[in-house]
Amino acid sequence: MAEAIRLTYEISPDDFTRAGEASSDVKKKLRSLGVSPDAIRKVAIAMYEGEINMVIHAEGGIITVDISPDKIVMILADKGPGIPDIEQAMQAGWSTAPNEIRSLGFGAGMGLPNMKKYTDEMTIDTVIGKGTTITMVVKI
Amino acid sequence: MTVRDAMGILDATVLVGEDNLDQEVRSACGSDMMSDVLAFSKDHSILLTGLCNPQVIRTAEMLDIVCIIFVRGKRPDDAVLDMARDRDLVVLSTQHRMFSSCGLLYKAGLGAGAFGGAL
Ligand SMILES: Nc1ncnc2c1ncn2[C@@H]1O[C@H](COP(=O)(O)OP(=O)(O)O)[C@@H](O)[C@H]1O
Ligand SMILES: [Mg+2]
Repeated sequence: MAEAIRLTYEISPDDFTRAGEASSDVKKKLRSLGVSPDAIRKVAIAMYEGEINMVIHAEGGIITVDISPDKIVMILADKGPGIPDIEQAMQAGWSTAPNEIRSLGFGAGMGLPNMKKYTDEMTIDTVIGKGTTITMVVKI
Repeated sequence: MTVRDAMGILDATVLVGEDNLDQEVRSACGSDMMSDVLAFSKDHSILLTGLCNPQVIRTAEMLDIVCIIFVRGKRPDDAVLDMARDRDLVVLSTQHRMFSSCGLLYKAGLGAGAFGGAL
């Protein structure tokens, strides 16, 4: 894997049951590239939480995954409502998800903390009313 | 223990993966909240849940979970079971409730893995 590889996914906001398909695809591609199972699992969990967030909090968006020999960079960009207080959003248990999302198994307020936990770097750029871009790096 | 052992302990039935029952399992996690499950990452794990939607299968996929056990006699629809089959997961169903299921497996020696330990 000498060259960097870029994967791009459009995340549809309409269908919660399909949320996670992009993460699933990335997992398959990383496996076929021979990336270590540990790194693959970190990428898969972090991206899946981020993908779910794009669907439940932000009307979908675009995910770009750059795979190079030493790291995997995930950029999750949405045009959703933005995050008013990042520090609060990062707290374990903080969630604005409605009850119907909780009955589907998400909205425990653990998504952003999980994304942080499983990645080596994570930055959140957000503008209220314009959208959020989350960049995550997993070193291989 | 193996998946087959866990199946016996819980009087469970196989919904998917009859040919994969001899895999080893070393830890388990029980929850209906998928992010709680995603906070837990251990090799050779079982996921116990009462939630039946496709996101349960995706969560198991991301974590490389070996076996999903649906508690309280729950059974997801065929589309969800097909997803599990595509991912080589074992899916079981038990009549026991969540608390009893976890307790029975724990008593039989299945741990939760080191506390707070993920990756
Ligand atoms: N992409 C996003 N756009 C807008 N708000 C977001 C986004 N991601 C997360 N949030 C906000 O941060 C909160 C915490 O996110 P998270 O930790 O994933 O928990 P949960 O998704 O379970 O609510 C969410 O409830 C939501 O208010
Ligand atoms: Mg979330």
